[in-house]
Amino acid sequence: MDTTIFLFLLQDGIINGSVYALVALALVLVFTVTRVILIPQGEFITFATLTVVALENGRLPGTVWLLLALGVLAAASEIVQYRSEITTTRVLRIIALDLVLPACLVAIAAVLAPLKLGPAMAGVLTLFLITPMGPMIYRIAFDPIAKSSILVLLIAAFGVHFSLLGLGLLFFGPEGAGTSALSTSSFEVGALVVTGQSLVVVAVTAVVLAVFAVFFGWSLFGKVLRASASNRVGARLSGIPVSFGGQLSFAIAAGLGAISGILIGPLMTVYYDSGFLIGLKGFVAAILAGLISYPLSVAAALGVGFSEALFSFWASSFKEVLVFSLIIPVLMWRSFRSGPGTGHN
Amino acid sequence: MGRYRNLAPVVAIAILALPFSGLISDFWISLLSNIGIASLVALGLVVLTGVGGMTSFGQAAFVGFGAYTTAVLTIQVGLSPWLTLPISVIVTMVGAFLIGAVTVRLSGHYLPLGTIAWGISFYYLFGNIAGLGGHDGLSGIPALSIFGHKLLGSRDYFVVVWVILVLAIVATRNLMRGRMGRAVRALHDSSLAAEAFGVQSAAIKLAVFVYAAMLAGVAGWLYAHFQRSVSPGPFGITAGTEYLLMAIIGGPGRIYGAIMGATLVIVLRDQLQSLLPWVVGSAGNFEAIVFGAILVLLLRTATDGLWSRIFGPPSPPQFGSSPDGPTEPSIERPEPGSPLLEVRDLRKVFGGLVAVNDVNFSAPAGRIVGLIGPNGAGKSTTFNLITGVLRPSGGSVLFRGENVGTHTPQHMARVGVSRSFQHAAVVPDMSVVENVMLGAHLRGKASMVSATLGLDRAEEARLFAIAKRQLERTGLAGVAMAPVGSLSLGQLRLLEIARALALAPVMLLLDEPAAGLRVGEKKELARLMRELRQEGVGILLVEHDMDFVMSLADHLIVLDFGTGIAEGDAHAIRENPRVIEAYLGGVE
Repeated sequence: MDTTIFLFLLQDGIINGSVYALVALALVLVFTVTRVILIPQGEFITFATLTVVALENGRLPGTVWLLLALGVLAAASEIVQYRSEITTTRVLRIIALDLVLPACLVAIAAVLAPLKLGPAMAGVLTLFLITPMGPMIYRIAFDPIAKSSILVLLIAAFGVHFSLLGLGLLFFGPEGAGTSALSTSSFEVGALVVTGQSLVVVAVTAVVLAVFAVFFGWSLFGKVLRASASNRVGARLSGIPVSFGGQLSFAIAAGLGAISGILIGPLMTVYYDSGFLIGLKGFVAAILAGLISYPLSVAAALGVGFSEALFSFWASSFKEVLVFSLIIPVLMWRSFRSGPGTGHN
Repeated sequence: MGRYRNLAPVVAIAILALPFSGLISDFWISLLSNIGIASLVALGLVVLTGVGGMTSFGQAAFVGFGAYTTAVLTIQVGLSPWLTLPISVIVTMVGAFLIGAVTVRLSGHYLPLGTIAWGISFYYLFGNIAGLGGHDGLSGIPALSIFGHKLLGSRDYFVVVWVILVLAIVATRNLMRGRMGRAVRALHDSSLAAEAFGVQSAAIKLAVFVYAAMLAGVAGWLYAHFQRSVSPGPFGITAGTEYLLMAIIGGPGRIYGAIMGATLVIVLRDQLQSLLPWVVGSAGNFEAIVFGAILVLLLRTATDGLWSRIFGPPSPPQFGSSPDGPTEPSIERPEPGSPLLEVRDLRKVFGGLVAVNDVNFSAPAGRIVGLIGPNGAGKSTTFNLITGVLRPSGGSVLFRGENVGTHTPQHMARVGVSRSFQHAAVVPDMSVVENVMLGAHLRGKASMVSATLGLDRAEEARLFAIAKRQLERTGLAGVAMAPVGSLSLGQLRLLEIARALALAPVMLLLDEPAAGLRVGEKKELARLMRELRQEGVGILLVEHDMDFVMSLADHLIVLDFGTGIAEGDAHAIRENPRVIEAYLGGVE
């Protein structure tokens, strides 16, 4: 391997790693707040890419129907779950957020779609279409079982993943697609060609990470999330609605998923089921960081991206095997460190 | 289920006769064969996940082990399928042993995550090894044949599948009701208690893991010869999750629930595959939507599974009548008064906190020694140090002259040290007598193999008799077959003592045995402890009830903030100014 190849692999690794970092960030956030291991994070990514594809081609994306359906389900789910404590305000809020808001977004999309939006505008609209799905899914699948064990939540996450996968096929079809680049410029540094798109990916990721740090360090929302994460009972006693923390974390996760999907669109062909593998690699990074630390997750994600680039250079057909095998020694180390007898929480 | 117990053989014969009744079409027969194959895998998961508490998303990979082994050996080597059955099983078990050695050590949610990781890895491995046919897989696997008769028809094959399934059910039932089954169930709910009675947790978890994989390997072998071809698709993480879904639908730990789950999933998938494209207007993998929704709905409404919903909770296993074998300890106990337990300069530090600070005392055979002190004095920590749950930071624990300071809880159980827990550590989904039988774990020898073959009946009857005897001694004989959940707090305390006695201990460590007991129960307990002292058992007692402990103990040790502050008989302790200060606060 010479320097050029190494630098090329490094660039490749950093781009992939940036996307994995966004996934890992979402997974860590959701896990610390709700203890859900969010397997369907990958679906937010593919849905976002395929939505951008549809908007760029002047079609109304299938996402809108999914959003409407999830809204109705979330409304029904909340009314069933809290049937004994229904108030007028609550009903109004449900109608506004689950029915009117999605309908408005769909109307906007229907008006804008035929105009063949550019990549940037399509991206923004996609972000608005995908983000509300997060809290809706939380309320349908996870809020009713929020007190269950991590294991039950994990199995529910798999259930959501399967459903979304099937819905993805229904709404987007089996064909793969890519989007046009957010930046088409490219320049050479020595022997290395750096594309504008890769710089966009790295820059957006860096900005998101910075916003994340500020959000958690300073804002009240960030403190609410941290409180819900560290002690649910304590947070409730302090007047923090824990369910709100869960919804907020899912909204952020879906938003991060949408951003990831918009970023990778120009880099690869995305199929309705591509998200699972992308999600799992971000997940490997999150695990490497113990599902706890944000900075560690980012570092681990870059590591996973670079390892993947190296593996595909050395043993292309075994790259997935090798990437997922990375996780085992780390899990072992984590298990031993947490010590025997602590595994029953 | 008790009412239905005798129905099981009838149902089994009815199912086996089904294909020849002319009532159902070939299509349903082959669907039923698929159900039988999937049930084998789900059965393994019922044991692994439902009973052992180890969730595996990767079980499909073991099906792949079995299927690919027989595919390669029959196509490329030309072996007979019946010869490849044991080879497939052995390959799967060896593979599971190696994977399990890493996996079962993972704690908490790291374990299912680990199974996801290797579940995906094996899928890509199967698809990328040229010798296994890559993503296209291998085809042309020969059909099974019996005495030259090729089992080509789905009806023939159905019988093979369901005969194997019935055998697997019998083996699994035998395993679960026996000594190892109790150990597995105990590990899931209360590993601390299981280990205190000598259960080797890592080894048993691994054994269960390999057992579940073995069933999956057999399923893989059946699958390969039924489909006559293999490709990586059915051995990926999606299939693995479906198998888990089958086990969960039926309910954790319910053997027949596995078949119910497999039936529901496979029939539903088949019906959805023909129905959904018609509803949504195009072809695709739409059953996934419904499966996911069912999974979520199920978790929202019936976490203990459908089988329990329909047939109620499991009935406790029945045991044979008392044999002639001894139910009382056959071990020789040391002379009363001779040294048993010696604690020398025992020390435990948690971070900056010195929980036990150079404590010294001894507890001889045939004596009751009381360990008292205010809350947080380090009494329970001392217990945990003696029984091997915690490792001392310094000092030594001598038991019958042997330094046991760094030994495991299992070793302490083997040398005859038995204990009760401050917070009752019982296995909630077992009956009272089964919980006590767990205490007699080390007095049985039956292995997993002999249990699956049903060769442990005599030994089980003996353990049952031992447990019954201890329940009589503690006054719990009346509730022997009741579920533990129905016991009062005081009865749970007595159950803990009965379980500790079932080990036939040389030394008994009781952590607050009288807490929660009524006056009458306390008197009974005191009588029992005097009786045990008479028999030569050494007793170390942590207790807050001063009347109780003062009237019983021959010798008292007082701890305060981890340090021994006084020692002597009840009278001397009552008068000791340092003890009074520790309990009541100093006089200005």
